[in-house]
Amino acid sequence: MPKYTIEKLQKKANDIRKDIIKMLVAAGSGHSAGPLGTADIFTALYFAIMNHDPKNPFWEDRDRLILSNGHICPVRYATMAHAGYFPISELKTLRHLGTRLQGHPERLRLPGVETTSGPLGSGLAQASGYAYAARMDGKRFRVFCICSDGEHDEGNHWEAVFFAGKYNLSNLTVIVDRNNIQIDGHTEDVMPLEPLVDKYRAFNWTVIEVDGHNIEQIIDAVEQARAVYENPTVIIAHTIPGKGVSFMENLPEWHGKPPTAEEAKIALRELRTLGGKIKSEND
Amino acid sequence: MINKEAKLSKKIFQKDIEMIPTRQGYGEGLVAVGEKDERVVVLCADVTESTRSILFKERFPERFIEVGVAEQALATIAAGMANYGKIPFISSYAAFSPGRNWEQIRTTIALNDVPVKIAGAHAGISVGPDGATHQMLEDMALMRAMPNMTVIAPCDSLEAKKATVAAAKTEHPVYIRFAREKSPVFTTEDTPFKIGRAEVLWGPSTISGRHGDPLVAIVACGPLVYEALLAAKELEKKGIDVLVLNSHTLKPLDEQAIIRAAKTTGAVVTVEEHQITGGLGGAVAETLARNYPTPMEFVGMPDHFGESGAPDELLEKYGMKSKSIVEAVKRVIVKKEKNG
Repeated sequence: MPKYTIEKLQKKANDIRKDIIKMLVAAGSGHSAGPLGTADIFTALYFAIMNHDPKNPFWEDRDRLILSNGHICPVRYATMAHAGYFPISELKTLRHLGTRLQGHPERLRLPGVETTSGPLGSGLAQASGYAYAARMDGKRFRVFCICSDGEHDEGNHWEAVFFAGKYNLSNLTVIVDRNNIQIDGHTEDVMPLEPLVDKYRAFNWTVIEVDGHNIEQIIDAVEQARAVYENPTVIIAHTIPGKGVSFMENLPEWHGKPPTAEEAKIALRELRTLGGKIKSEND
Repeated sequence: MINKEAKLSKKIFQKDIEMIPTRQGYGEGLVAVGEKDERVVVLCADVTESTRSILFKERFPERFIEVGVAEQALATIAAGMANYGKIPFISSYAAFSPGRNWEQIRTTIALNDVPVKIAGAHAGISVGPDGATHQMLEDMALMRAMPNMTVIAPCDSLEAKKATVAAAKTEHPVYIRFAREKSPVFTTEDTPFKIGRAEVLWGPSTISGRHGDPLVAIVACGPLVYEALLAAKELEKKGIDVLVLNSHTLKPLDEQAIIRAAKTTGAVVTVEEHQITGGLGGAVAETLARNYPTPMEFVGMPDHFGESGAPDELLEKYGMKSKSIVEAVKRVIVKKEKNG
């Protein structure tokens, strides 16, 4: 992977956001808010953090990225296409009959997606199993897991938080997309998660909080996690759902629907104007 | 008469036949596959002793993983390990795995098509005093409906061991159910076992497929295969010849053997320690309805939950002992004759 400047990474994230909008319009269904909100995280992972080879997706020593909240897969597909896993033109097949880009990702369909996901709360346990098995064999790669905040309602997720804490899985780094929304509304109304940092600490995890739109902070946090040898690390990334498209930002109703063709035009115009200069919370 | 090719135990109908629960065969099978294959790991959800996973734990402590009373984690952690390249066996009670974690098995194991082997212990009503909550009678229906899944119900502890060893060799998910209660060990090391192949235990060694004797085919799975054999012996005394097929694999079902048996006899009785709906009876009925519609009777749990009691009392009350199988055979003969 060539080295990118932060500015180039921001531009890349912006291009990925544009492709997300185009894919969703072509699909006619799918989720908007989560993919736009995590474009910076995926860009940082695929273009600056992970050891991986798009031309050799089954490379034994690659870092693994387990996406737990499978419904945000448009951002993963778009980022993978930009990284060179498959042609960008294939993105428009999202959710169509015969596509490799299923509505929720499937391991057997698309090399590089690592696992099948969608039903919430099961990704962290899979990532933990992966990390445990890799450590048994003395493997040096890292296992990354991206989770939503809403899926913290699931018992299966907390079972895995217990497990990774008990077995000190320091080769596991979890990034929580803390965007405060889920289908039925705001997380703190549906089922309050706070104090989330304290919860993870109580389970023997290292916790780092970042602005999920600040690529530099994301990269730094993963570097910090690499230095932790005692326990697994969770990076709580504060994000704005729908980030980059003003009429989608922070609105739960954009969780699970695509833009219309008309809305997409406005969204793409906005993203073009931004040119990657999205405002992060620290600006 | 007993099919000699099946190489059943010489003690089969003697009082001093060895009694061992099928879960013990699982534990022994785990040790056998652990020795053969470094990739084998065993995960357990706080029931290490009773699932007999303890045999593996004692032999290979570094490859045994305790996940706590968390069956959803049990399935999904194993899915991650299998995805990496391990061959995980996951041990719990069938009521909880696959009972509680069915969706996790569906998405992360079956749809992913990774080689996790699911061991459901304490299956069936013979769990006894623990009562309905722990007497899993729906597991085979749950797992049989799932694509990419193999489903096996071994008939005794030796077959349970063979099934465990065979499961480790496939690159796909497998579900095997085991019983809590001791049951007769009536097969031997030499009894043939192959996933997906039903064996004739009682009757002529080759079934002609031509109509005539025997009159009824009994298709059974799990420890109740022994009750089917007792029924066959009883019927023989009355001059009624039957076939007994051990259909240990529900999926993929040995359709050819079952169709052949139906063509020979013209009447079928299924026997299982499971709800009549969706288990072996359902699988056989689906196959015959498509290929060779045949009068059938079903021995199994009649759409009812269990209750506390001694295993034998419960099997008797809910009609799964040899006496009930004999009655089912007589009923199906009457049905067949009406049709004929």
